[in-house]
Amino acid sequence: MNEYLSLFIKAVFVENLALAFFLGMCTFLAVSKKISTAMGLGIAVLIVQLITVPVNNIIYHTLLKEDALAWMGITGVDLSFLALLSCIGMIAALVQILEMVLDKFFPALYHALGVFLPLITVNCAILGGSLFMIERDYDFTQSVVYGAGSGFGWALAITVMAGVREKLKYSDIPKGLEGLGITFISAGLMSLGFMAFSGIQL
Amino acid sequence: MSARDFLDSIEPIFTKGGKLEKYYGLYEMVDTFIYTPSDVTHGTTHVRDGNDLKRTMTFVVIATFFCILMAMYNSGYQANLAMEAMGLEEAAGWRSIPMMMFGYNPMNPLSNFVHGALFFLPIYIVTLAVGGVWEVLFATVRGHEVNEGFLVSSMLYTLILPPDMPLWQVALGISFGIVIGKEVFGGTGKNFLNPALTGRAFLFFAYPAAISGDSVWVGVDGFTAATPLGLAATGGLDAVHAAGYSWFQTFMGFMPGSIGETSTLAILIGAAFLLYTKIASYRIMGGVLVGMIATSVMFNMIGSDTNPMFSMPFYWHLTLGGFAFGMVYMATDPVSAAMTNKGRWIYGVVIGVMVVLVRVVNPAFPEGMMLSILFANMFAPVIDYFVVQANIKRRMKRHA
Repeated sequence: MNEYLSLFIKAVFVENLALAFFLGMCTFLAVSKKISTAMGLGIAVLIVQLITVPVNNIIYHTLLKEDALAWMGITGVDLSFLALLSCIGMIAALVQILEMVLDKFFPALYHALGVFLPLITVNCAILGGSLFMIERDYDFTQSVVYGAGSGFGWALAITVMAGVREKLKYSDIPKGLEGLGITFISAGLMSLGFMAFSGIQL
Repeated sequence: MSARDFLDSIEPIFTKGGKLEKYYGLYEMVDTFIYTPSDVTHGTTHVRDGNDLKRTMTFVVIATFFCILMAMYNSGYQANLAMEAMGLEEAAGWRSIPMMMFGYNPMNPLSNFVHGALFFLPIYIVTLAVGGVWEVLFATVRGHEVNEGFLVSSMLYTLILPPDMPLWQVALGISFGIVIGKEVFGGTGKNFLNPALTGRAFLFFAYPAAISGDSVWVGVDGFTAATPLGLAATGGLDAVHAAGYSWFQTFMGFMPGSIGETSTLAILIGAAFLLYTKIASYRIMGGVLVGMIATSVMFNMIGSDTNPMFSMPFYWHLTLGGFAFGMVYMATDPVSAAMTNKGRWIYGVVIGVMVVLVRVVNPAFPEGMMLSILFANMFAPVIDYFVVQANIKRRMKRHA
């Protein structure tokens, strides 16, 4: 239990996908103008991450890994070079299915998430989560925890970013830095604050 | 001719159409620094308090008075002690010239004081000069006023640096703090991180050798003395006691550390002043204290066989490192803190919890006050947002 708790905390703060690895920057910068929308996107990422990382984990361990096909009687096959491709395909497919399911059974949530759900298909934070999972060789339970943690960390980061940007609306920013310029600077300064966690060994 | 008449007589040069209208910011800075401006609000809103932004900021500088005294005394005292321990007769470099008159006896208060001033003043002067140039440059080009906020930032920035800091790094740090931390957002009141801490954090990550470790906290070359907090991080309270520090001594501030943050007593006097004048928020200070005490008590109860920091009681957390200074002067910065009253409590608690967390479980940094405050600065707008939303929901329910 303790091990999973530290993995979760590590994924949220120490190895925050947005502010420590700078993954998912395009959506992070583009959809962080309002706290409410940023939170919606954050929740969407959290849900998708929570589903895709474990599913990719299953696929990797039963199909792609070296000798993973042993259960079919095939040995000596290493398909791990397909991991990147299969992860992308899996994420795209899952997001589509998730969208249909939400539309059918949870229309309120579906409308709240709106356009962000399809956008997430191409969010590199999601792909990054799956690839980190493969690289670090997580087992299934770990991958569930890591998916939840990394998704939550990203959601937290974009919400904070949106808060800062809402505050910056009242700032007097030099012409040349307005918009994306100041957002990049703010993101950099925020990652300075997140450095408080770097080096924590859990 | 009084100063008022003189200022009035040169005013036309700086107002619109005058020869030096570009430098109105400079004129305005001097004018409003000496005299309370007679400007009043137009329209229906009325300011009920004579205390404007400039007075507020000046009061903070006044509140650091005892910290500055202690900064000078303690830096000199530590340096003299170190020289005595090393058997040095004379300070290296230019400091030996003015110090010829005073000697290097750690028992001699005057010698301590002057020696300390020779550490404090160069850093402060460099900070003021370099930061001031940036401030005036931006004010002139962008047409906003030069604000006393800079006086506060520069004073606080000086007080949180180690005495041995190379001056070019001091200049670099304050440049980063003022330009990236504040002026790119439009100057005082528009930034979201504390500028003094931003500058220090920049130095902390860019030149860790000059601002962390064991050899920078006393201004004598080649002398190593860990701060009590550094000792505690490796050996727990036993190591602190073994090095001869009592709690009362750390409370008074006679220990190596950043220039102005060693003396909890001096800081608390400043805190009383800030609270009495209602410049700093008691909610923020209270929140930081509550968060720190709760977290350290929690760690005390959990306990650990391998990490001695777990058993450090809260009153040691209070006096060691930059906790007290950060709580009183940095966390309460009204610009970067939360704006709602409930939010201020939450914001304070976040800082208190984080600082103990970093001190105890993060082996990379012995001290966490600077990064905790920056971290909470980031969260302040979101905290406010949720407090406001909760309030809206509550009132909707009441009036539904």
